[in-house]
Order: sequence, then C-alpha cells, then structure tokens
Amino acid sequence: MPKVTYVQPDGARETFDIATGKSLMLGAQSHGVDGILGECGGQAMCATCHVYVEAKDLDILPPMSDEEDAMLEDTASERKPTSRLSCQLEAGDELDGIVVYLPDEQSL
Amino acid sequence: MSARRVVVVGAGHAGFTVCATLRTMGWDGELTLIDSDETLPYQRPPLSKKVLAGEQTLADNHFRPRIFYDDHGIGLVLGHRVVAIDRAERAVHLDGHPQLGYDHLVLATGARPRPLPVAGADPASVCHLHTADHGIDLCERIAAGNRVVIIGGGFIGLEAASMAARAGKDVVVFEAAQRLMGRAVSAPISRYFHDLHTGAGVDVRLSSTVSSLQRVANRVELRAGQDRLTADVVVVGVGVVPNDDLAAQAGLGNSDGVLVDAQLRTTDPHISAIGDCARFPRPAGKQPAIRLESVQNASDHARHIAAFIAGEPPSPYDVVPWFWTEQHGRKLQMAGLTAGYDRTEIAETEPDKFSVYCYAGTRLLGCESVNSPKDHLRARKQLAAARSAGAQSAPAVTV
Repeated sequence: MPKVTYVQPDGARETFDIATGKSLMLGAQSHGVDGILGECGGQAMCATCHVYVEAKDLDILPPMSDEEDAMLEDTASERKPTSRLSCQLEAGDELDGIVVYLPDEQSL
Repeated sequence: MSARRVVVVGAGHAGFTVCATLRTMGWDGELTLIDSDETLPYQRPPLSKKVLAGEQTLADNHFRPRIFYDDHGIGLVLGHRVVAIDRAERAVHLDGHPQLGYDHLVLATGARPRPLPVAGADPASVCHLHTADHGIDLCERIAAGNRVVIIGGGFIGLEAASMAARAGKDVVVFEAAQRLMGRAVSAPISRYFHDLHTGAGVDVRLSSTVSSLQRVANRVELRAGQDRLTADVVVVGVGVVPNDDLAAQAGLGNSDGVLVDAQLRTTDPHISAIGDCARFPRPAGKQPAIRLESVQNASDHARHIAAFIAGEPPSPYDVVPWFWTEQHGRKLQMAGLTAGYDRTEIAETEPDKFSVYCYAGTRLLGCESVNSPKDHLRARKQLAAARSAGAQSAPAVTV
C-alpha cells in the first residue's frame, strides 16, 4: 500500500499505509492524526483539511479544481503555493512516499 | 468558567466537535461523550452522498478511530440512552449505566426524521435516511429495486433521487409544495434543480401528496390524488423533529427545540444546547429565534461552547449560516438565510455556473451559488462584515 507521511507543525512525523484511492484526509482521520478536521466529509466545502505539500511533488499531484482553489482562499493558516486540500488528494502508487505538512490551524 | 467535569449528550457533528475542540484548546478536565448508538461516532453528510452511491463505507466516515478518544482522554459511553437529567444533583441518569455527574452538560441530541403522517408508512414500507444503518439499508434496497419513490423534495430526498437516478433506477419524487427545496432556497434555484432532475429522467411531481401506502408482496403501492404507483423502495425525507424531550422533561425551556440564549445556554446556566436540537436567538434581535440543521451550525455552535467551557470570556454567538448540497454532480452552496426575500439578482459566469443573490429591500439576505465557490465565499465574508457593522450601530437599522 502507498505510504504517506504526515508532519505536525512541531516536526513530529508519522507514516502510514493508506489504501489506494483513499484520500489523504480520510487516511489521516482513520489513523487519528491530529490537525486534519475534514469537517465537510471530504467534499471540498470547508477547507479544514489544509496541508502543505513539498514543491517537488506539485507536478505529480492531480490538478486543482476551481472549488479547491476557491476554498484554499479561506484557510485558517496562510495559503502558500504548496497548499492543497488533503480530501482532494488520493493515495496511490504515484504518490507513494509523499510527505505532507500540517498547518498551525484549521478552523476559523 | 470553572467546569471540571463536562458531559456531552449526542455524538454527532456537534457533540464530537465540542470534545475534539476542548482537547485542542488544552482543556484538561474530565470529559465524557454519550450516545445511544453503539457505533463509533460518525459523520452524516456522506450518508446521502458517497455512502448511498456505494463509494464509501461507514468505516470511512467515523470522525476518528477509537484510539483517538483514548489518547485524548475522552470517555465514550456508547449504546446507552440518557433517560433523565437531575439538575439539582447535576447528574445524568442512563439506561444500563451508572449515573454521570457534571459541572457543565452539553445537549447535542440532534434531531430525528419526521414520520410521514400517512396510513401504512411503517418501517417495513418506507426508509428514512438519518443514521448509518439507514444509509447502508437504503443503498442495498436501491441496488435490489427498480422503481424508487421519494416522498419529500428537500435536500435529503433530492440527494437520494440523484443517487438513485445515477444508478439507473426509475425515480419519482413527490413534493407537497409548489417547488423543490422551497423551505431553503429561492425560486430560481428551485427551478434550476427541477430542470436538472427532470433532465436526468427523474419524474418530479409538485403539489402532490401521497395519501396512502400499502405493502403488497415485496413492493409498496402508493396513492397520490388520482394516481396509483407501485414502488420497490420508498424513501421519506419530510424534515426532522428536534430531540428536545430530555430537556423538556428536565423543565428546560423548549419550543420546537431546546431554547438557548445568545451564549447557547439553556434556561439552566449549567446546561447548554447546540446543533440541530437548539433554538437560538438571531443576532439581529428582531427576528424570531431559529433552529438550523447543518454541519456548519453544529460545528460552529460546538466551538463556541467549547471556548466558553475552556474559560474564554462569554460572547454572543454570531456566525453567518452556510449549507451545501450536491445533486447530479452540481454543487449548491448557500450563504445566509434567504427566506423572506423580495428580490433576486442572478450573476451567471457560464452555463451551470451562477449565483442568486437574495435581497429584502437593499439588504442582502443570502447568496445561493451553483458550481461557483468563489461567489459563495465572497458572500459569506460580505454577510459577516454586514453583521459586525450592524452590531456596532445598535439598534439595527433596516433600510
């Protein structure tokens, strides 16, 4: 199974096997990773599953929808060029080994 | 506030979020979350969407795994019903579980589907869509059936209609009112979604009330006016009733929901009520108190009361309500409450991407956006700014 590493703002790292096709948001929740709220259930409606990816991974990630782009304007922590909503990123072979960084805050 | 023991009744979005927020804020008192459902707490919105489509399982929709509650010192009491609140003793009595004392009690008891007041509408004949069991049951019944009849053209009914149509079923929607989702959205949005459903092959019957249901073998025969119809699956989505009985029995003020003040506290200051079950005052003051059924309302109420319990200075709850639904692949996002509008303005960027702005006079009541998340977010900010401007210039001026 693809591996995903979640890094807390304090640098603490946790790596999990996330089933192919499952979103990184659900993957985080099902392993009890703090800092990803996912309040809308993964529908790009709430911006509480905000993560920062590594710049080198930007090209292999699926393109951002208009919805995700709009919701990222409403995150609690600063939006950066590497910002994504983790509910819109599915684990898979292409993203095996990806590292995502959690922001300081999720809810407004 | 100096509560050391907090008990939360109801583990839906509101109850779960209170507990998670208290721990995130570093509050270290004793915390217990109770629900009569034995299932690990889960979120409901996907039940009428991805779960019904068979794309997600219940396991995907637990808020957190069990270990989260252990790690964060959240005591889970699942499968036990709270039968009474002893306000003098500050304790809740449970069915089959020792009583639990509290310094502050949070009622997040939610709502239950409104029963269809029609002869023959018993559990063997009709399905509701409110719990995980409902979602799984309905998904199986739709897969096995051919004709799906939906009674009630609100959000839940239409989300179910959308999923059933996508699964290739013959779908009929009965709506008693003259337009779809009439309680929640403006007429242009009702029209747009009516066309969308009709275009997807859904038979939408407005101003139409089902007068009787009868189970015949494995199917259900319905009568609506002169029409007779046979269905494999009947889904009822005619609104919900707040679970306010516990509060009423304890002598707390209630009126179609537990009455709370601007701080979300009931008539007993040691008890608050949040989410679907709570009727709370509107910041404008002149409008009657409201009860809202949404994830946003549940979560924002929960964060508000968590901050209060954690010792932040009390402040009036004042958040712009927002909602969403998804039908036939179109996302509808609503900001503000548009009921009572007298004028609409429609801003269309391209086909199937537009927003309806609803006004009372010159005052913007709300905005309903189809596939236009930027409009939605802008409207939320605009409505929030108008509220805080209104709050500064009391008494509120209506233009």
